[in-house]
Amino acid sequence: MPKVKMPTKSPSLDMTPMVDLAFLLVTFFMLTTQFRPDEPVVVDTPSSISSKILPDNTMIVTVDSAGRVFFGLDGKEIRKQMLTQMGEKYSVKFDDKEITRFAIMSTFGMTVQQLKEYLPMGETERKDFMKQSRGVPYDSLNNQLGDWIRFGRLADASSSDPNRPKEKDLRFAIKGDGNADYTAIKRVIEIFQEMKVNRFNLVTDLEQDPNK
Amino acid sequence: MSEVQQSDSGSSKGKHGKIRAKKNSTHIDMTPMVDLAFLLLTFFMLTTTFGKPKTMEINMPVKDPINKPQEVNNAITMLLTGDDKAFWYYGELKPETKLTPTNFSSDGIRKLLLDYNKFAVEQIKDLRAQALKNNMADTTLKRLEVDIKGNKRSLMVLVKTDDKAKYKNVIDMLDELNICMVGKYALVDLGQQEYDLIKVAGGGL
Repeated sequence: MPKVKMPTKSPSLDMTPMVDLAFLLVTFFMLTTQFRPDEPVVVDTPSSISSKILPDNTMIVTVDSAGRVFFGLDGKEIRKQMLTQMGEKYSVKFDDKEITRFAIMSTFGMTVQQLKEYLPMGETERKDFMKQSRGVPYDSLNNQLGDWIRFGRLADASSSDPNRPKEKDLRFAIKGDGNADYTAIKRVIEIFQEMKVNRFNLVTDLEQDPNK
Repeated sequence: MSEVQQSDSGSSKGKHGKIRAKKNSTHIDMTPMVDLAFLLLTFFMLTTTFGKPKTMEINMPVKDPINKPQEVNNAITMLLTGDDKAFWYYGELKPETKLTPTNFSSDGIRKLLLDYNKFAVEQIKDLRAQALKNNMADTTLKRLEVDIKGNKRSLMVLVKTDDKAKYKNVIDMLDELNICMVGKYALVDLGQQEYDLIKVAGGGL
């Protein structure tokens, strides 16, 4: 019987297509990734059956479980203008370096006066500061939240191009912790309504709809 | 084509002997690169957040001193208070009005609302079934649903909260309203009489 010779195959296989694919995916994820901006507080939002997605251009007012209020609005130029106007109103002088630092910051919660001290701080100092911060004042005597909202809207209106479609307009969202007192949320809604904002988005988690 | 010129191969044969360029394999070991690529791939896949947060839309009435309080008919008033407690009464607030306690479970508020809002719920269910059969456009369906919810026979709900209520309770309430297809609802301030009623009924503490 003749010897059956098994064809000897090289153990190394051509990895090129796999590598191609891997790099393609790497590039895709690198380009599409948006790192989650670090939130100053952990907020546990309540859940609802609503499956609407939070629109892009949104001013977010965060309320944590202790009723502290934080303000967030994206856009470098908008933030610069907003801070300048806010500084003028409360006669706090911000220099260029502070304004640039403010432009790249995310959500914040303190008085304008404290903001001046907060801006030059490092990462760990900021974290410590946030722990004992009392949030943006929003009572009727010292309604800084209302001013942030007003100047934010003004800055957004002046910076946006006039042909912007209506559905891309600035939206307003309230991101409240489930355990926050409703009176705090009610006060935030009131402030919005004083500014003639009557349409909000309430940020929630998704929950199963019992009708489906 | 990209062939290496071999024309002077003969001339190099001489006193120097054969100079042979060191032949390197054209295969490079790609393993480290691939390792790195997959490491990055895993990292980005895990850190990417695809899901954006979900939201619930709410429209508040325009604050206007001229706006008269609307006539209330076929309305339920839900009173929310601390400790996840809720009370309700039907119709207008009268001196003899009594509060009924309820809760946020599926046979509490939801059952109650579905019961009182039978008209709208049944109509909308019929409509949705029909829409499925006739391939109705989404916008038409939405408009018809809004019409039904705005009908006089559909339920209206007033949500009132005292100072002990949590935000979670309000969201749950709004959620129940959406589930029970109540289109007419409002967040209203609590009156003194209702406040007292809640106290008597054992909420608020």
